[in-house]
Amino acid sequence: MGNLTTQLQGVPLNHYIYLSAIIFTIGVIGVLTRRNAIVIFMSVELMLNAVNLLLTAFSVHSNDPSGQVFVFFIMALAAAEVAVGLSIIVMVYRNTKSIDINVLNRLKW
Amino acid sequence: MEQLLLLIFLPLAGAVITAFSGKSAKIISTVIAVISLGLALFMACSFIPDASTQFEANLPWISDLGIRFHAGIDGISMLVVLLTNILIPIIILSSYKHDYKNPSAFYALILFMQSGLLLVFTSMDAFLFYIGWEAALIPVYFICAFWGGKDRIRINMKFFVYTIAGSLFMLLGIIYLYLQNPAHNFDINAFYALNLDSYQQGWLFWAFFIAFAIKMPIFPFHTWQPDTYTAAPTQGTMLLSGIMLKMGIYGVIRWLLPIVPQGVHDWANVAIALSIIGIVYASVIAFTQKDAKRLVAYSSIAHVGLISAGIFALNQQGMQGAMVQMLSHGINVVGLFFVLDIIYARLKTNKIEDLGGIAKVAPQLAIVFLIIVLGTVALPGTNGFIGEFLLLMGVYNYGIWAAAIAGLTIIFGAVYMLRMYQNVMLGKTNELTISFTDINGTEKLVLYIICALIIVLGVYPKPLLHLTEASVQHLLEQVNQKLNTVN
Amino acid sequence: MTIEQLIWLVPLLPFLGFVINGLGRNSLSKGLVGVIGSGVILASFIISLFIFFSLNGDAQKSHEVFLFDWISAGKLHIPLSFLVDPLSSIMLLIITGIGFLIHLYSTSYMHDDAGFGKFFSYLNLFVFFMLLLVLGSNYIVMFIGWEGVGLCSYLLIGFWYTNSAYASAAKKAFVMNRIGDLGFLLGVFLMFNFFGSVEFAKIFPQAANMLPGNNTIVLITILLFIGACGKSAQLPLFTWLPDAMAGPTPVSALIHAATMVTAGIYMIARSSVLFDLAPFTQNIIAIIGTATALIAAIIALTQTDIKKVLAYSTVSQLGYMFLGLGVGAYTGSFFHVLTHAFFKALLFLGAGSVIHAMHHEQDMRHMGGLRKKLPVTFLTMMIGTIAIAGLPPFSGFFSKDEILANAYEHNKVLWAIGLFTAFLTAFYMFRMMFLTFSGKYRGTHHAESHIHESPKAMTIPLIILAVLAAIGGAINIPHVFGGNAWLEHWLSPVVAQHELGLDHATEYALMGVSVLAALAATIYAYSKYVKGAHVPVADEAPRSALAKLSYHKFYLDEVYDFLITKPLDALSKFFYRILDSKFIDGIVNGLGWGTNEASKGIRLLQSGNVGFYIFMMVFGIIALLLYTFLYI
Repeated sequence: MGNLTTQLQGVPLNHYIYLSAIIFTIGVIGVLTRRNAIVIFMSVELMLNAVNLLLTAFSVHSNDPSGQVFVFFIMALAAAEVAVGLSIIVMVYRNTKSIDINVLNRLKW
Repeated sequence: MEQLLLLIFLPLAGAVITAFSGKSAKIISTVIAVISLGLALFMACSFIPDASTQFEANLPWISDLGIRFHAGIDGISMLVVLLTNILIPIIILSSYKHDYKNPSAFYALILFMQSGLLLVFTSMDAFLFYIGWEAALIPVYFICAFWGGKDRIRINMKFFVYTIAGSLFMLLGIIYLYLQNPAHNFDINAFYALNLDSYQQGWLFWAFFIAFAIKMPIFPFHTWQPDTYTAAPTQGTMLLSGIMLKMGIYGVIRWLLPIVPQGVHDWANVAIALSIIGIVYASVIAFTQKDAKRLVAYSSIAHVGLISAGIFALNQQGMQGAMVQMLSHGINVVGLFFVLDIIYARLKTNKIEDLGGIAKVAPQLAIVFLIIVLGTVALPGTNGFIGEFLLLMGVYNYGIWAAAIAGLTIIFGAVYMLRMYQNVMLGKTNELTISFTDINGTEKLVLYIICALIIVLGVYPKPLLHLTEASVQHLLEQVNQKLNTVN
Repeated sequence: MTIEQLIWLVPLLPFLGFVINGLGRNSLSKGLVGVIGSGVILASFIISLFIFFSLNGDAQKSHEVFLFDWISAGKLHIPLSFLVDPLSSIMLLIITGIGFLIHLYSTSYMHDDAGFGKFFSYLNLFVFFMLLLVLGSNYIVMFIGWEGVGLCSYLLIGFWYTNSAYASAAKKAFVMNRIGDLGFLLGVFLMFNFFGSVEFAKIFPQAANMLPGNNTIVLITILLFIGACGKSAQLPLFTWLPDAMAGPTPVSALIHAATMVTAGIYMIARSSVLFDLAPFTQNIIAIIGTATALIAAIIALTQTDIKKVLAYSTVSQLGYMFLGLGVGAYTGSFFHVLTHAFFKALLFLGAGSVIHAMHHEQDMRHMGGLRKKLPVTFLTMMIGTIAIAGLPPFSGFFSKDEILANAYEHNKVLWAIGLFTAFLTAFYMFRMMFLTFSGKYRGTHHAESHIHESPKAMTIPLIILAVLAAIGGAINIPHVFGGNAWLEHWLSPVVAQHELGLDHATEYALMGVSVLAALAATIYAYSKYVKGAHVPVADEAPRSALAKLSYHKFYLDEVYDFLITKPLDALSKFFYRILDSKFIDGIVNGLGWGTNEASKGIRLLQSGNVGFYIFMMVFGIIALLLYTFLYI
């Protein structure tokens, strides 16, 4: 185990940061540009996971497992969130026969 | 201390009881108000008229922020406490002929307001003061909004937003003082002891002054007042004009003068100018008012202008005059509004031109109304004269021209008040007023009490003057001392 | 019994009368009300007599009686205390004495009025306040009485309040008085600042040691004089007094002729020490007094209402008194107050008797030939008329000539105008007498049969007053006639005195001239109204320009209406409709409106488009990040 940690620590932290940033940006752009609710949802997950990756990376880098514990919590939460979110999307689809978010603009002013 | 707590919280407890009392709310609230009055009178009797703070209660409350339940009564507070507790039973009694919907809520709100007012008039902790300040506003808002007349929602919204906007400035001022205070508490004595430079004092002056000026109201912050007085139910108007307005005056005396004397000193000219403009302006407007209630509302602005001018003149006569006039104005204006309410209840109008000749059919009302009018126009021998005489003298010590212009109030007051009296009471009866019935029952009782107060205070004002003399003197010494050390 | 023990009873008794009559106005019988109302005044009169005589026999001429502390604030202490001295003791006699006669008269005159009890309670209250006015030992107690009599005047002018013109006249009187009262109050403030007190006993000794010409004193006296102008109906504040004739006639006699309107003269005579120090003010007083006397006399020439003639005559005579004050003849003025109280009360009561007989007809064009029907009234009024015209040896002659002689010494122009006014006075008074009593009856036939002499309760006061008007001059017969000038001597401890610097020949000549003038006026009036049987024309009939000016009272009411009332009303409407509702409230409402409008604009950001929200969020985060990187 200790060996694995050392190996992982061998990868420079910058690489993780770059990767996470790229994934996060892809997620943001996905959220901003796509109109399909499912795709947006996936993009949100992407952002979440980018952050998870970063948390893990920092955790390993600084030899502090509490970051990884956090990731577990986040994953559990994300699962719950997906359950709720998807059911909302299903309900939306049932009502509007569409999952285009631009149709959902009644909640305004 | 127990007495003071009882004084403040008895009406609050009464409000709770009244709220659940259903149909008997009138009686229960009257009983509670009368007990409060008895308590206040008892306290006034055991009060030693020197400059000290008596019945002091100082309990920890929110200790982390240095907020304490600190309240006490000196001569100045005693006077306004008396005013409140005399007027509340009168106001409750004056509503006996009305059948308001939801009486329990109505009377509970009045008693709730009484607690708030007493808190304002006794608190020695700025935080507590602010709580009382807003606690007094909320019930009267509901009274006016639920039981008011035409267009009440819009008018009340304006009144509420206007006054609360003013309070906001005061809150800022209080927070600023708190931050400046090394002891980190809201205690009034700590605030008195602060050493603020004249720049800070100038800003603080305006923060407090605007809050108080809106409440009084002083020109040009008065435009909420005539509408609100006209639209509110009479008891609401009485609460507003009789007592609530005195919160502003009391605030000036208790919080503005001693805390920022330099600011007052620097800006007194502006404050007096505004007050005096208000006197003439409101009097002139009152000349041609068609609605009697609105006329009285404008006359109230004129009278308050004189009180505020007397206070900012910063001398013993002006200040003592303000004390007496606070009480007198409260009594007189409540009397005036009550008479107009009686007329409205019978004839469903307060339009001056619709009325006339009521004296013929209601001689008793004519007499008491005349006495109240005379009190309002400050005829010697009535309570109004003592106040206005001392106030004018105070203003005179500030400047002879100021007194000459402020003194126009005794001419103008006679013009609009007698004009109203003539058009409402004198002349021939018309189809409307011929059916007018004279006052009876509680109406008589209330009006007789008011007239008795007007005359007794006018003929023998000494106890009243004696009550406040030492405190006023102390206050002025405090202000002057602080002014001298700064300069 | 000493003065100190008795004096408080003098005002207290009328006050008790007021309370009893006021409370019992509906329950007590008219007889009882009359007895109580008149009785308390009579009792006061008897006590006043006693006080007067004990003061006469007393070496100490001034007694101060302290009742209680009234107002105190800081250095200001105002006790409610009375001052009995020669001046106030004489005023007490006038007020209660003439007051009693008028009360007695009223028991008959007002007998058929529904408000009998109310009338007597008001009248008692008036006497109470008038007594306070003259008894006060400081200016503030004087001011209580000062405003109190104004209140009673208001109540009594508007006694028949169902007539809205009467109610307006009452209001006008009160408001015009108030204008003066403001001056009075400011004067008192100034005095308190200057002398440190408002007590007579503290002010006058200080002032006595000062030299004339002090500016503060000038200002004080001018302000006090403004107060006197309001109360004593001088230019420019006199127009309320003729309108005040709306009140019942006994009220006109008591309040608007004999007592209240002379309060201004009393006050100035009381403060004569101060006024002596301000020659500038004295000149103003003399000029205003003369102008008032002349203008009022000119107006009186063409009036047709019997009470209006008397009202303007009162204004004119008050002008005389002010002329006297202005030229330093304080005693002369006060002497005229006394004699005027006698003959003017008499004339008013006589006019009341005529009006009573004529069933409330006041227009002299409908009278005439009443001499036979009202012999007592005619005789007594004739005495009053001769007295006011200044024919010797009746009272008016002495007092008027004292004023004129002093005016002559002071300024010849003032004297000439005064003399001319005396001429006019004699003319319009005899015109009134002749129009009313001689010639043919000009009223309706029906009314004629009802005309009868008034009852005893009305004629007895007339007779007593006629006697006083005839011999009242005796109290101050000048040295030139070998008299001892008793009044002058009596008032000398209180009122500033000036020796008349004229030799006897001049004095005789002056008297001769004024008597001649009065006689000429009488003869002219006789030839015009008795021989010529001239009757004033109807209201609408064309008049010469001067007569028109006089008949319409120099259009003063119209001028005031145009200069003051109308602009104030317009200003009021402007303030209310434009400045208050549109501008000030506009700013307040504008703030609310602005907030509303802004929120209307900003809420459009909430478009409901989720993508836009997210975009804004990301944009916001990036902006925050940038801000953090760049500035922190």
